[in-house]
Amino acid sequence: MKFLVSILLTALLAFIGGLWLPWWSIAISAFIVSLLVHQHAGKSFAGSFLGVFLLWGGLAWWIDMQNHGVLSKKIASVLPLNGNQMMLILVTALVGALVAGAAAVTGSFLRSASK
Amino acid sequence: MKYIPFILSAVITMALIFVLNRRWGTVPDMGNFLSPQQGFWQNAEPADEGFDANIKLPGIKGKVEIYFDERLIPHVFADNDNDLYFAQGYLHAKFRLWQMEFQTMAAAGRISEFLGNDPRFINYDRETRRLGMVYGAENALRSMESDSVSKSGCDAYTAGVNAYIESLSEATLPIEYKLLGYKPEKWSNFKICLFLKQMSRTLAGPYYADDLPLTNEKSFIPFSEFNVLYPQINDSLVPIIPKGTVFAPASVIPVKPATADSLYFGKKDTAVVTRFGEHNPNNGSNNWAISGNKTSSGHPILCNDPHLELSFPSIWYEMQLTSPTVNTYGASFPGTPNIIIGYNDNIAFGFTNAGRDVMDYYAIKFKDDSKSEYWFNGAWKPSKLRIEEIKVKGDKTVYDTVAYTDEFGPVMYDKSFSNELSKGKAISCRWVAHDPSNESLMWFKLDRASNYAEYEKAIQEFSCPGQNMIFASKNGDIAIWQQAKFPARWYGQGQMLMPGEDSSYLWQGFIPQNENPHVLNPASGYIASANQRPVDSSYPYFIPGNYLTPRGIAINKKLSSMSNVTVDDMKKLQNDYFNVSAEAARPAFLKYVKENELNAAAKKYLEIFRNWNLEAGPGEIGQTIYQTWWDSLEVVVWRDEMETMKPDPIWPDPQTLLEAMLRDTAYKYTDNINTAKKETWTDAVTLALQKAAPELMKEEAAGKLAWSKHKNPSIYHLLKTIKPFAKIGLQVGGWGNIINATTVSHGPSWRMIVHLDKETEAYGVYPGGQSGNPGSAFYDNFVNTWSKGQYYSLWMMKQTETSDKRIKWKMVIE
Repeated sequence: MKFLVSILLTALLAFIGGLWLPWWSIAISAFIVSLLVHQHAGKSFAGSFLGVFLLWGGLAWWIDMQNHGVLSKKIASVLPLNGNQMMLILVTALVGALVAGAAAVTGSFLRSASK
Repeated sequence: MKYIPFILSAVITMALIFVLNRRWGTVPDMGNFLSPQQGFWQNAEPADEGFDANIKLPGIKGKVEIYFDERLIPHVFADNDNDLYFAQGYLHAKFRLWQMEFQTMAAAGRISEFLGNDPRFINYDRETRRLGMVYGAENALRSMESDSVSKSGCDAYTAGVNAYIESLSEATLPIEYKLLGYKPEKWSNFKICLFLKQMSRTLAGPYYADDLPLTNEKSFIPFSEFNVLYPQINDSLVPIIPKGTVFAPASVIPVKPATADSLYFGKKDTAVVTRFGEHNPNNGSNNWAISGNKTSSGHPILCNDPHLELSFPSIWYEMQLTSPTVNTYGASFPGTPNIIIGYNDNIAFGFTNAGRDVMDYYAIKFKDDSKSEYWFNGAWKPSKLRIEEIKVKGDKTVYDTVAYTDEFGPVMYDKSFSNELSKGKAISCRWVAHDPSNESLMWFKLDRASNYAEYEKAIQEFSCPGQNMIFASKNGDIAIWQQAKFPARWYGQGQMLMPGEDSSYLWQGFIPQNENPHVLNPASGYIASANQRPVDSSYPYFIPGNYLTPRGIAINKKLSSMSNVTVDDMKKLQNDYFNVSAEAARPAFLKYVKENELNAAAKKYLEIFRNWNLEAGPGEIGQTIYQTWWDSLEVVVWRDEMETMKPDPIWPDPQTLLEAMLRDTAYKYTDNINTAKKETWTDAVTLALQKAAPELMKEEAAGKLAWSKHKNPSIYHLLKTIKPFAKIGLQVGGWGNIINATTVSHGPSWRMIVHLDKETEAYGVYPGGQSGNPGSAFYDNFVNTWSKGQYYSLWMMKQTETSDKRIKWKMVIE
């Protein structure tokens, strides 16, 4: 249950942050969530990783659907991804997820340490 | 101790963010770039994107209603002219901001500022400034702002651009800013002037003036030989102004300096400056107008297709501008107000490049390396030193001191800007584009002109670059003026570097505007211009330039034989692939080629060539054979002589070689000076095919013998290195000497046909799309239509037609 909450809460906070704050606000969201919803470092990482993975991956996928892949095809050739749109969505999701995961681990360690 | 895991992971997290939040060389800040809420994903426009909007903006005095049709063409209806130009600026910025800024930064010599420290960029910026681009734009700004009409129009346009820039967020920035990592700065009237200067540079800049290479050539061959290699008038010229037109005698008669034979024509000068860029003869255009007595409707038709570098985003943005003072439709330049090529309720207008030389170079003598004094009329005179500050992204600012003379313009080349070949010589350039002028006022007036007299008055505002301004009106007039401020030269003046130590070599005046070549309602019933020399030898002024003869021949040949002309005929003509050069060359090729000296492959190609229909369509193999053979012939004939005139000789125009081949059975240049034998046309033509055959075999093996496969026409994004934003390998034929003048990277950048019938009917297309965003469905959606030679019907919307089903979106600005 806690794990699911951490996933959803990270995704939600990260999305709201993204409306006004720079991209790295996903790290702040993950950090806050891991303070609020205390879990082991591993679980914290996985929760926020998944939360932002789903958020960024989902958003990118949705945007790409609506755009009929016009831009992603081009950017997936500008970046060395051989024009593979799914790879670009995956890379997008992974980059966000890694940052959020790392921030969540940090939050989890802080809460453990300050107990 | 217990905080160690926290600290470690915090450091790792921050390092990760740091790495992803900064640029590494050309790699964007990936965290930001990939973020679906800020980065490039935000530029992926939904296929069903809506453009409806209600915007309140200060700077609008009344109200503007903008109706976008299904091609995303805005039909702008404004309460007054201020609001009209405000809306135009806003729309240009909304759909084309990055290109507008990029082009004006290039015009200002500021590309290092966002592209970074690379000698190519810094040299480009230095050359731009030393050419006097910024100086010229400053002079233009003063003259534009001294006129209340153009000032208020430009002020409103600028305010509109800035209103859009201010509305941008990180997420809505055009994608190029995200890729390159910079932000747009404020727009200004000065940038409008810079944009117009860039036009002069492209169409009448250094690469239309071969003075420096010819100066070098003069050390190897006598000036008289220039008339053989670079004749002022081709035998086959069909001038714009019909032959037989009587010109009034020149009212300005420039006097050749007494020292010209010794210090200019006869002087051997080894100071050469190797130019950074190269003249691009593919910047050309066609336009023609047909009077009602040759059309099936009895009303005039005007056609125009300017040939420029094809790019994404296109240089053109199509729109309709309507206010109580104007109702006009056509192609506009993002970066400047007004409609540039188009029509209104009464007239239609278009342009081709005149190609006239309006730039001369002078050898300056400085007192010392400080460049602060130069020798003029027997005394040292102070120069004005202008310190150019060239900002470099991620590096130290470069300062460049450029000396300005009062008489000879900026000293473009000197010890600090030259190479081992220029020997540090100081060379200034005197360019018409330096002088105060107000080109945008011409378009303001032209958009509103209702008859010949108003057109004739409007064009007088225009100084540079020289243009052939075609005109047709509803009341039946057709006309053309070759318009600009052209220096009146003595014979030979300004073809080469001139002595710049006294007043005797200065321009002595300008050709009075009313003596510029022009014609109104000629007996032939049509007027056509295609970058050829405007007049025959009876014109009383010496007018050097970079002219192209063949397209003019082709168009005149077609038009003179036509009657009852329809719009469909014009569509066919603009897309015509007939190769007049090959038509003239083929009999000579077949006469001179020695078949028995050819191998099997060459014989095979010769047979195809012999039976070719002379069309340069995309699938034609004959055209590939002809052009390869021709290019090979140029090398066979010219290379031996050209190699003796290093480093930067001007190769004669193809038309010169063609006419020599048709005229002179014995021509001294067919001889290869490096062999003992005296080669003739027979040897040259045969050798050329022998050399072309292996190249053709290579192309054949690669499946690239068809003309469009061989030449591979492509449209690149303005950032040429971003290939995925380009369209490569279009199925389009044509060449620079063919009416459909599509080459590799240049071609008809806008095709327009206006039939001034009772109800005007107009057609147009450009190879691009209304949106500059590579993530939009409107980025390149016109390209296929253009490639196929098809057109869109242009719709001059009436304000009563707001419920027409072509209208898709409505934007209101109050």
